[in-house]
Parts: sequence; structure tokens; C-alpha cells
Amino acid sequence: MRLLVPLVPDPGAILARANPVAKLGAAAALMLAPLLAVDLVTATLLLAGELAAVRFSGLRAAALARRAWPLVLVAVGIGLANGLFPAQSGGSPLVAIGPLRPSGESLWVGVGLGLRLMAISFAGVLALATTDPTDLADALGQQLGLSPRFAIGTLAAVRLAPLVAVEWQTLGLARRARGVDAGRNPVAAVRLFGGRLLAMLVGAIRRGTRLATAMEARGFGATPSRSWARPQRMRGADWGLIAGAVLLAAGASGLSLALGSWRFVFG
Amino acid sequence: MGEIRPAAVEVINWGWRHAGRRDWALRNLELRIRPGERVLLLGPSGAGKSTLLAGLAGLLDTAGGGEAEGDLRIDRIDARRARERVGIVFQDPETQLVMARAGDDVAFGLENRSVPVESIWPRVDRALADVGFRYGRDRPTAALSGGEQQRLALAGVIVLRPGLLLLDEPTANLDPDGARLVRAAIARLAAGAGATMLLVEHRIEETLDLVDRAIVLAPGGGVVADGTPADVFAAHGDRLAAAGVWVPGHPIPAPKRASHAASEVLIEARQAGFCYPGADRFALAGADLDLRAGEALAVVGPNGSGKSTLALLVGGLLRPSVGSVTPGAGIAPGRDGVSLWTWEARRLAGAIGSVFQDPEHQFLTGRVRDELELGPRRLGLGKVEAARRSTELLERLHLGHLGEANPYTLSGGEKRRLSVASVLATAPAALILDEPTFGQDRRTWVELLTLLAGLRDDGRGVVVATHDLPFAAALADRTVIVDDARVTAA
Repeated sequence: MRLLVPLVPDPGAILARANPVAKLGAAAALMLAPLLAVDLVTATLLLAGELAAVRFSGLRAAALARRAWPLVLVAVGIGLANGLFPAQSGGSPLVAIGPLRPSGESLWVGVGLGLRLMAISFAGVLALATTDPTDLADALGQQLGLSPRFAIGTLAAVRLAPLVAVEWQTLGLARRARGVDAGRNPVAAVRLFGGRLLAMLVGAIRRGTRLATAMEARGFGATPSRSWARPQRMRGADWGLIAGAVLLAAGASGLSLALGSWRFVFG
Repeated sequence: MGEIRPAAVEVINWGWRHAGRRDWALRNLELRIRPGERVLLLGPSGAGKSTLLAGLAGLLDTAGGGEAEGDLRIDRIDARRARERVGIVFQDPETQLVMARAGDDVAFGLENRSVPVESIWPRVDRALADVGFRYGRDRPTAALSGGEQQRLALAGVIVLRPGLLLLDEPTANLDPDGARLVRAAIARLAAGAGATMLLVEHRIEETLDLVDRAIVLAPGGGVVADGTPADVFAAHGDRLAAAGVWVPGHPIPAPKRASHAASEVLIEARQAGFCYPGADRFALAGADLDLRAGEALAVVGPNGSGKSTLALLVGGLLRPSVGSVTPGAGIAPGRDGVSLWTWEARRLAGAIGSVFQDPEHQFLTGRVRDELELGPRRLGLGKVEAARRSTELLERLHLGHLGEANPYTLSGGEKRRLSVASVLATAPAALILDEPTFGQDRRTWVELLTLLAGLRDDGRGVVVATHDLPFAAALADRTVIVDDARVTAA
């Protein structure tokens, strides 16, 4: 959920000003290339391109690092696991302790996998971190013709999420106050957790229903048509952003092909 | 700019039964409201006031399983087809705001009605000015106080220029400052010639000059009284007060104080403070507090000042980030220095009863009687003793007829009484309540006051965290003020 919150970038930056749908399109192009190919060259070039794009995002590097580090950790973890504990033994292992038998080849596979994951996830992080959820819902409705019931409805639901988190805490404290805790009994802990979860869901549904009623009373969903208070447009720069991302993805893949390193994911 | 055309309301032999209920929420109701009238709608809790408002807003739908009788008409059109003529503001600000920014939220209804974008923003600005909103359009709605959020919700409704404005207890969930903000906004609207207005409120003294007619509904349907507010209160004031309405000029009974001597300490807080994980400042800093047996202590202060945090700390529910909260000799003789938060839950519940602001947070079973027996059973008491205690509490708190009911289906006042009763079932020496009178009508208010004063006189220690100053004044022997996370004695 935290990944959806924008990082309040400099609003004048190129990426921050871009249409959210254009950003999603650009991110999709950048994600598709390393999804199709399992090679080091494509992933490295794309990641380099994405890191260069941070300059135009208006994000502070430190804030972005705080946002992205869990993903980096996952990518490094998966890369290490695949490098150190290869599924098939290819090449001669450098050391061999049980399943730990990294070879030169498997280490390269691991590095490639880690870079691929980073290139894929970082494109998404960059797009979401520079996008205000309201702008995203507006653009999804206006540019992609997504039903406002879905676009605005989801936006309203996301707004209730912090309230649900507070409720979860309160429910835990209230159970302790009633003399109910699990102590060291794991069965009781599971039952207690289940009850608390159910109470939280019931609360969330009641809140959601109240919000839906209030929205209905203000005419939401009464007619299929709707005007937009915040017009979103696809400008030249937005098409340029998509074109740039497609060019980068195609260029990286093409260079890799030319170098003979490109490998299709199912190849 | 189109001007507001006030709507006429006709309620013709109308009734509504909610899905799955045996009794009608309202039945055989006849009402006529002329365009531009400002009406206060009164009646005891459960008289169907909110149901009538929902019906007039066109929000009751028989497709959901409810059953309707008779007619509701707005300007001679069926209410369900006249939704565009009606605006409604509910109690809870948090579930009325849709968007993240104030201006966007006001614009939401205009977008739904396909108002062209060039007219949207001028209308938004005017509506914000009309309710006296003090911030710009870009103000995040999450950063507003409850009263400001409710003002914003009001702006989001009046921007649609409804001919009929329905207000369903718009100040019930607010602290006194928030309620003042919203009443001032309603007063501004009422001052201009405008929509027909129908207002439901418990605290009516402050709203009286906003209305020119008062209608009292009987539980289950029918009109008890209808006329100018002065006439209605002169003729029915006593009965209304007994039914839970805050009638002007009907003072609350002050509980008599039994003589007592200050006695043993129950709970001791020393420089206790708390910082929520991830927060950049302390919710409460360094509080010193002693609670003694036989005294009632009020903790007052504005919303968000740290009152609730103090209540949770003193109740042994939160681990203090700094300082300590320990049981005194009255709870745990000879166990000095042990932190209360380390106690296992059943032991804690036997010594200290914490009552949360929202009663539903504490309900753990599907039956009122089970709810009352849960605590004693956790303490290891036998079935017979648990049943004896629950029967006694059911009688004492006027819940006798509800033993088999599901706690979630009770009225607001009944839920509050049950949450207090379920905590009393373990006979704790100390009782800690967070905003017990929040959203309660006069009858429950008086009952709580009498009950807590009685417990105090029996030698229990009572802490009430509240922004209800009259309640604090009527009950408390001592008052502690919490402001901006700091505690000062009054």
C-alpha cells in the first residue's frame, strides 16, 4: 500500500508533470523488454536508462532510495539465491558445500536475474512515486475511458486504508482490555487473530457502505456521463515520454541482439 | 449562477421497514413542509429520524429488501426520482469525504452531475466561502480537524444547490470546537434566503435560532408535536427531556456526593509518555498521575491532545515509551515497581476496566448475555456466578429485555451501556472510560453520570477522558488538562 503513496516530487519536474497514463505506458514498455529477455545486457542498459531518468523525476535521491530499498533487497536476495544455489549444475562449481555450489556461470545468471528484477520494478516505482493518485484516477478515466465507478471508487477506498490500520490497533488493545490474550498458546493466538480480522473487516465494510451512500447522495453513478474538474491531456511531451521509453527498450534489446547476448525468456 | 429554488416536502402516510426487521422503523407518518421552512426534527433515539432523512434523500431502495408504504414527495415528485433536488450531510465526516484535497472533494458532486469544467471551480470557491472554510482548495482533507471536515462535507453538498438540505446530526461526532464550527456554517447558510432545511440534532439549545419549526416524532411513527420551537418545548419539554432530547431550560440532575476519605492508590503514572511507532513526536509526554480508590478524575482537552493515549497508558494497555505506569497498593499490595503493561490480559481485566470510545471495538460475542459472562469466565469464575453477575448487570443497566440480542444490533445508547456493563462484570477496582458520552442522548448521559458517581461512591477509582465539560464538571473530584501532549493539573 505504501508503494502507492506519491513522494511529493518537485511538481515542475518533467516526470511529475507528465500524464500518468503516459508514465504507465512508458513504464510498461520498460518492463516488457526485461520480461521477454533474460540477459544481462538488456537489463543493465535499461536500469542505467531508468537511473538516468531519476534526474527528471524531481524526486530526492534519498527519498527514492528509502522507497526502493525493499525491492533492491528482494532483487539482490533472489539473485544471490540463484547464483549460490543453482538449480542445475552448469559449469564446474567454484566451491561445493551441499546445495551451495556456485559456478562462474551460475553467478552470472544470478547477477542477470537480480538486474532484471531491478530494471522491472524500478520502472514501476519511478512511475508511481511521481504520480498523485488523484491524477492517476483522473487520467485513467479520461485517457483510457476507464469507468469512473472503478477509477474514482478505488481512489475513495484507498483513502480509507489508514483508518483501517488504526482500527486494527484499537481492536487489539480492546481485546486485551476485555481480558482476552493468547499468552503462549498458538491455537488461541490463531483464533484471536481470526476474530480480530473479522471485526476489522466488518468495520471496513460498514465504513465503505457509509462512504458509498454519501457518494451516491452526491450523484455518483447516477448517470454514465461525468465531467472532469481536472482535465488531463496527452501533450507532445507525453507522447515523447512513451516514444523515448519504447526507443530505450528497443535499443537495449537490439544492442543485446547484435552482441548475440539476447536470450528469449522461453528460449 | 442559478439561484436556489426551495423545495416543498410531502410525507404521505409513509412508512419504512428495514430488511430483516419485524417492526417498522416508521409508519403512518404525515407531514407537510413548505418551501424555505427550517425544521428541527426531534424524537427519542429509535424514532426513525435518520430513516426519514434517508428516505427523503432517495437513498432507501426496496431492492435491498426493505419495505415501503405510502409516499415521499419532493415538489410533488417521488423522492427516489428527485435526488438532484436534495442534499444530505451525515454524522461521520470521515466517511463523507471522497477526495484527498479539499477543493477536489467539493468538485466531486459537480463532476457527477456533468457540470462543465469552467463552471466547476467558481462554484467550488463560492461554496467553500459560504461555509467559512479557512483553507485553500489544495488543503489535504486528512489534515483537517473533524469540525473542518464536516464543514467541507457541507460545502460539498450545498455546491449542488439542493432545494432541500437534510442534516442528520451533523455535530454529533465532533468535539465542542468542531460543533461550533459546523453550527456557524449552518447559521451562515440559514441567514441567506435558501433551501428548505430539515435538521436532526440532540443538542438543540445552540441550534434553536436556526430553525422556525420543530416537529417531534413518536417512536414507531406519528407526530407528537409540531409548531414553533417555543410552543413545542413549553408543551412537551418534560417528556422530550425524559426521552433523551437536550431541551433548553431542563438542567441535569447533579449526583449527590457520598462522603469519603482519600484512600489507597490504585494506579500510579510517573513521567509516563508515549510515542506511536513511526510518529515524529510524542502523543503524550511525561505525565504524572495518581488514581485513588473512591475518586473520579476527569481528563479534558481538545481532540488529538493526548487524552486517549493517557487513558490507554493508565489502563495498562500500552507500554509507555518513557516513564512508568504501575499498580498501587489498592490493586496489587506489595508489588511495587511492576509495570502494568506486563500483566497478562485476564489479570488486568480483573483489576482495571477500560471502556473504549467505540463500544463495538470491545464486543467479542454474538449475544448480550455472553458479552457480560465473558469477563467473569476469563477470570475463572464458575458458570453460575457468571450468570448471576450478568443477570444483575442486565437489570442494573436496563438491558434486561436484550439478553438474547446481538450486541451489534443495539441502539447507540444500549451499546454504550453494554460496553460499560461488560467491563463491570469483572468487578475492577478502577474504571477508565474514553469519551463515554460521545454521541449519546440526554437519557444515556444522565444514566452514565449516575452510574459512574455510584461506582465512585462504592470506592472504585474512575477516570474519564472527555471533551464533554459539563459531564466532567458533574462527575469529577479532580480535573487534569491535557493540551498538546502535556499534562497540567487544573
